[in-house]
Amino acid sequence: MVLKKEVLNYPDKKHFSPKSSPRWGKEEETEVFGQNVKLFRRGKMSEDDFRRFRLQHGAYGSRLQQNYSMIRIKIPSGEITPEQLQKIATLSEAFSIGSAHVSTRQNIQLHWVQLEDVSEVMRGLVEVGLTTREACGNTVRNVMCSHFAGVCPDEEFDSTPYAMAIARFFLRNPVCQNLPRKFKINFACCSNHGLIRIADIGLIPMKKDGTNGFKIYLGGGLGAASFIGHLLEEFTSEKRLVSTCMAVVRLFDRLGNRENMARNRMRYLVNEMGWEKFQKLVIKERSNVEMTISLETLNRYKLDLESLNIKQLSNGKKLPLINEKVDINSDPYKRWIHSNVVSQKQNGYFVVFVTLGAGDITSSQLRSLAKTIKTYSGEGCARNTPNQNFAVRFVKASDLPEFYNELAKTGLANPGALTMSSAVGCSGTTSCNLAITNSHRLAKEIQSKFIELGLDTEDDLRDSTIKISGCPNSCGQHEIATIGFYGGASRIEGTMTPTYTMLFGGTDGEDGVLGKSVMRVPAKRVIPTIIKIIDIYREERTTNESLAMWISKLINGATKDNGNAKNLDDVKASLMETISLPSAKDDPDSYMDYGNDVKFSAKTARGECAA
Amino acid sequence: MCSLKYGNKEKKTKSILSRNQSTINFQNVVTSADILRTLIRKNSVRVVDVRKEDEYKKEHIKTAISIPLSKVLENETPEMIVELLEKSGISDKTPVIVYDDTFGALAARVAWTFQFVGHTNTSLLETTFTKWKSYGFETEKKNNVFPKAKHSLKINNDIFANYDEVEKAKSDQNKILVDSRERLNFLSEHIPGATNLPYTMLGTDESILREPQEIKRFMENRGISADDEIITYCGSVGTLSGLAYYALRMGGVKKIRLYSRSFKEWKKLGKPIEEFKDANFWDLSAE
Repeated sequence: MVLKKEVLNYPDKKHFSPKSSPRWGKEEETEVFGQNVKLFRRGKMSEDDFRRFRLQHGAYGSRLQQNYSMIRIKIPSGEITPEQLQKIATLSEAFSIGSAHVSTRQNIQLHWVQLEDVSEVMRGLVEVGLTTREACGNTVRNVMCSHFAGVCPDEEFDSTPYAMAIARFFLRNPVCQNLPRKFKINFACCSNHGLIRIADIGLIPMKKDGTNGFKIYLGGGLGAASFIGHLLEEFTSEKRLVSTCMAVVRLFDRLGNRENMARNRMRYLVNEMGWEKFQKLVIKERSNVEMTISLETLNRYKLDLESLNIKQLSNGKKLPLINEKVDINSDPYKRWIHSNVVSQKQNGYFVVFVTLGAGDITSSQLRSLAKTIKTYSGEGCARNTPNQNFAVRFVKASDLPEFYNELAKTGLANPGALTMSSAVGCSGTTSCNLAITNSHRLAKEIQSKFIELGLDTEDDLRDSTIKISGCPNSCGQHEIATIGFYGGASRIEGTMTPTYTMLFGGTDGEDGVLGKSVMRVPAKRVIPTIIKIIDIYREERTTNESLAMWISKLINGATKDNGNAKNLDDVKASLMETISLPSAKDDPDSYMDYGNDVKFSAKTARGECAA
Repeated sequence: MCSLKYGNKEKKTKSILSRNQSTINFQNVVTSADILRTLIRKNSVRVVDVRKEDEYKKEHIKTAISIPLSKVLENETPEMIVELLEKSGISDKTPVIVYDDTFGALAARVAWTFQFVGHTNTSLLETTFTKWKSYGFETEKKNNVFPKAKHSLKINNDIFANYDEVEKAKSDQNKILVDSRERLNFLSEHIPGATNLPYTMLGTDESILREPQEIKRFMENRGISADDEIITYCGSVGTLSGLAYYALRMGGVKKIRLYSRSFKEWKKLGKPIEEFKDANFWDLSAE
């Protein structure tokens, strides 16, 4: 992260030298991939061997079409340069479908790439330093870091360099090339931002007696059975960061379940063994690692602390608009500012969120975003976030109107990025083998409806989230949503119907809790149901109680005594009418899924990796 | 304004011209802007603009004549095409360069038609009109008319395929059917057995077609060899597949035909199609 002098001084000029990003990709891996596709096609490589190889290199089989791949591009810490965005735009246009998809784990995915072209895409990615290596398969997946790291007012220090060093350390590391199952590492900036309790290793930066270190949580994760991570110890000094992570990975490699694919994530090992025992083993393993650590291991871990040092703007403009109340009739720019911009700890700088629909962005939008980042971000790059959008940081208040106008030119200036209206949706039946429902489209439909109704302007809904998965496997992270949904199929009035199980009250962050399953809702009744819930909340809430607070009280069994909806069962009863369907004869559409005009049937194939 | 790329090609231009003093005989599928500029200066080429007529009227490459694609498709009989050539002052030997502003697809379709009726000395301009203009190269507004010429008719059936030949190719292992539409159109429905080579793969920002070695690599990846017999098709009139026709030719394929009536006719005739309805891939688009 070396920036030229004029950037550090932050003059009025709008052009910054692009950040030199780490070179994650390797040219020779693209060659090998191309050769192996040919061997596989000629029958000289078995299907199993090829699948393992393909996944190790980040190409996931597409829905019911093994000749096509979803290419998962790892973006460690979500940090991405304009040059990289432009390259992804070009590659998507040439070899994919002309748009890219931001995932919930800071990856960017290209869908429906012909297997024969995967090596070509990889070749292009390597040119701009990116890799797909170990993006799928039983490896250490993309290392996440809070998109607020470095700018968060509540952080003790910037965890980004540590996340990057850990990502570098494990990439291609022989110790994690064939784990029992995938392995996820997430860094936070503070206790509120970052998915630390739903990862195999989750880390919150903290200082003790002036020393940098982390609060480390282990064994969390979402899926068919989800667990919240356990705290290893009160404080882990930065000196022990590598040995702790190594110890956990090695233990998992040695003791994890290699037989039953449905129960082989580390969280099951922790659960079956019991936390206390696992905790002791980690501590012991760490001593072993520290005693036997080799020079090669030490050299793999390089901490690059030469970080961006933008001085605070001396006359940094405040944003008077940011807390001003807006409504559906407000000026679109004010509405956007209200729901897409937050201030940084650096006085005078702001983080701007770019709203996407369920993470989708076209090639031309990627290009215009790249240009906007180049022009307005003081650090010359952006971060993609688990909410499937982009955060552009170090933007000056005086640049915001122009920034907005630039985004608006390519349809990227929708409001609501930081509100409930930006529903998260996994790729669902648009590309995934495991999906039962079109969660992707549903998330987009919710977003359009919310913006149409102006619900993005309502501050009481702002701390709530909607997250949707197309099956129980939780790539849409439905269990940490205020209102979450996961797809399934139910027979209603004798007709197979796409339905969602609705969950209430999930949260992320250090105090994260998993949502509680409430009821099943037919796919086409999800939007009316959410709106009905908001109506009930408006009637029932006490003053100043946000929707998230009200829902949390509801599932904990405490609501106010007057009013009709006293507890969860009452709310469920009030929703019965909304979720019921007319007869299939009168309204066949309500028994179909979004994006389909034929009778619903649940078709799935073998999953290759559930993320 | 001239890019480095064009600067490098200047040398090649000179050598080509010194070998061909009177007329150039196009060996290459595409011709660089620099070669065309030299040919225009020497008044030894017929430049054909296939954009809409009013676009031509606004501005076009110096000395260009207007033959819009729509005019070619209007009444596409070999005799009519030869008449068009004659009216445009193109005789059997006249070197012809075709350009458009649609990444080369319209130009490719027209160039193919010329070659189909026997005008072999045809090449595509490497760049589009917008790019040409952005380089600051010569344009004009005047309507160019040339004296009528005489052109013979020699139909080249080796480069044309009708639905019957497409149908036969399906069951012939040595023949490859290439669909050049975009990925999602192909996934939705295509002629059974076809392989997808989307037109989006064929060009770059700078050139309507990539370098031959890249095209060759794409072919190799797909198991297509230069000795294979290929039929290309696309959605309706053979523009995208016209571009694919030239790309594959550039990649060294010798036996290649264009199914110019493409998928539109195939469907209309009620021929079998392969559909894929089990994924909602259209919902991935952000538009």
